[in-house]
Amino acid sequence: MRHRLTKKSGNFSEWLIQKLLLLAGISSMLIMALIFVFLFKEAVRFFFTANPFDLIGKWVYDDWEGHYVFKMMWQSISEVPKYSLIPLICGSLLVAFPATVIAGVLGLGCAIYLSELAPSKVREILKPTLELLAGIPSVVIGFVMLAFIATFIQNTFHTKFRLNAFVGACGVALAVLPIMITIAEDAMRAVPKDLRDASYALGATKWQTVWGTVVPAAVSGISAAIILGFGRALGETMIVLMATGNAALVTGNIFSSVRTMTANIAAELGSVAQGSEHYYALFLVGAVLFTFTFVLNLVSEIVLNKMRQKLRM
Amino acid sequence: MSEALLLTLPKLTSQRVRWSEILSDVLVRFFALIPLSALGFIMYMIIRKGAGTITWSFLSQMPLNGMTEGGIFPCIFGTLAITLLMILMALPLGVAAAIYLTEFAGRGFFFRVIRAAVNNLAGVPSIVFGLFGVGFFILFVGRSFDHVLKTGMLFGQPCMLWAAATLAVLVLPVIIVSTEEALNAVPQSQRSASLALGATKWQTIWHVVLPQARGGILTGAILSISRGAGETAPILFTGCAYFLPRLPVVHLFGVIPIVNPFDQFMELSYHIFIMATQSLDAVKTLPIQYGTTLVLISLTFFLNFTAIIFRIHFRKKMGMVSV
Repeated sequence: MRHRLTKKSGNFSEWLIQKLLLLAGISSMLIMALIFVFLFKEAVRFFFTANPFDLIGKWVYDDWEGHYVFKMMWQSISEVPKYSLIPLICGSLLVAFPATVIAGVLGLGCAIYLSELAPSKVREILKPTLELLAGIPSVVIGFVMLAFIATFIQNTFHTKFRLNAFVGACGVALAVLPIMITIAEDAMRAVPKDLRDASYALGATKWQTVWGTVVPAAVSGISAAIILGFGRALGETMIVLMATGNAALVTGNIFSSVRTMTANIAAELGSVAQGSEHYYALFLVGAVLFTFTFVLNLVSEIVLNKMRQKLRM
Repeated sequence: MSEALLLTLPKLTSQRVRWSEILSDVLVRFFALIPLSALGFIMYMIIRKGAGTITWSFLSQMPLNGMTEGGIFPCIFGTLAITLLMILMALPLGVAAAIYLTEFAGRGFFFRVIRAAVNNLAGVPSIVFGLFGVGFFILFVGRSFDHVLKTGMLFGQPCMLWAAATLAVLVLPVIIVSTEEALNAVPQSQRSASLALGATKWQTIWHVVLPQARGGILTGAILSISRGAGETAPILFTGCAYFLPRLPVVHLFGVIPIVNPFDQFMELSYHIFIMATQSLDAVKTLPIQYGTTLVLISLTFFLNFTAIIFRIHFRKKMGMVSV
């Protein structure tokens, strides 16, 4: 009788604990949903007062020119506020794209070295180093770019702006490098040893094996690393806020000062009246940014999952 | 055809291949040195420039003279207080989520969806967390509390509580992933043995699995404290103050000093940002910028280093590959 009693109460608390754990388990899904809802809830209000076309540009009367001109500008504090997303997206891409290229080339090299060449002693030093590098706060990288690297780059390339997209891209590349190396290396190490042995048996050299066998076999993991790195680069805030100069220009010049979506939110949200059109415009920028990174993360997740399934078979 | 190729290939190309082989070898070795030297360069420059500033009075004084002189004590205090508050919120939730994922969720579609959500949460830009903190925690949760509890504007404004909550959401994936790894490392046979002895599932988790996974969970906690201490963007609008003439402390019953979660606070990483970009006199405050950066980087470096040592130790104990 006693046994049955304790068992019953035990069952109830077990049931309760399991439900609580389930709640915790789905918390990250819940948070993703909440982020989505609360970003878009504020973002759609922008369209209550503004024209969707404003997000591209606006016809504004130019006193200087004496007629109306089409301006693609982000100029939130002005007689006629302009909320064009074009210069911000342009800025974000001008930082994130070069950063991904730099980090991709370096990262692929590092990953090949770590998985194919490095003796285990070197690995034991390099892997923790990467983690320590990943652990450096982005505000510190931003500060180092601002204080030391920016002047060096200006003197080397004789650029007009001391703070420009390229300086930001270098800093962002450093920030996304560790995670790209980790994912690419994991993918290469997951390539079965049999494949390498087969390649060597056919007379291929070390590097013929790397380029002809290992890299093609790990290509999905490597592309996942690049996609993820690009997403992280788009979302990087403090480095670009400190190192890119923050001028919202529509330009393709990598040595020009730019303003990214992230930096734009960080720079302006502090001084904006809650509930104003400007406030909703900033949430709209956040929603666009979130959508970009969400899709990129999802794609890399799917690619990695496919690869894991294939390797398990 | 392939036989002929095999016979001729090494002889024909050996000379040319060898050069490109050596070149590639040198090139990837050079690439592998870059992360190492970047870390070395950052540490060296910050230590060289900042070491002169670090004195006892710099660490223990309030900022003086419009923040162009004096110390950074309130920033250190704020960083410690907010990360403590953050880990108190994030650790129980993250560990519980990881327990659910490893022990209850199975390996089906539902598991993969949760995993995807965790990974995606880890990739959400930090500034979006800042927007989320404002939109959800301050304006929705905070204002609702105020409305229901009739507390005026106690909850519905930027303060340490909401900044810590925002950071807790940000570090949640770090805790979940490392706790999951730790739980998966506990051998399945031990779970079976415990269940065979008549223990319930929860008793098994609580008395058998969790004690063994402690080292791995601790690693995750330290890593997330380090991450939280270094993040700036999420707290820009959720509670950080440019300057505060007092510490965010309240006296409980008028005597016992505790951290006041409803006050704003100063913080190391935010301090670096404003001193470097918005200071009244950016050149004059350079020593403060270097000094503050050195304090922050020492803190995160120390935490990360400890976490790595802990994990190597933990993985050895569990018989896993250490790197």
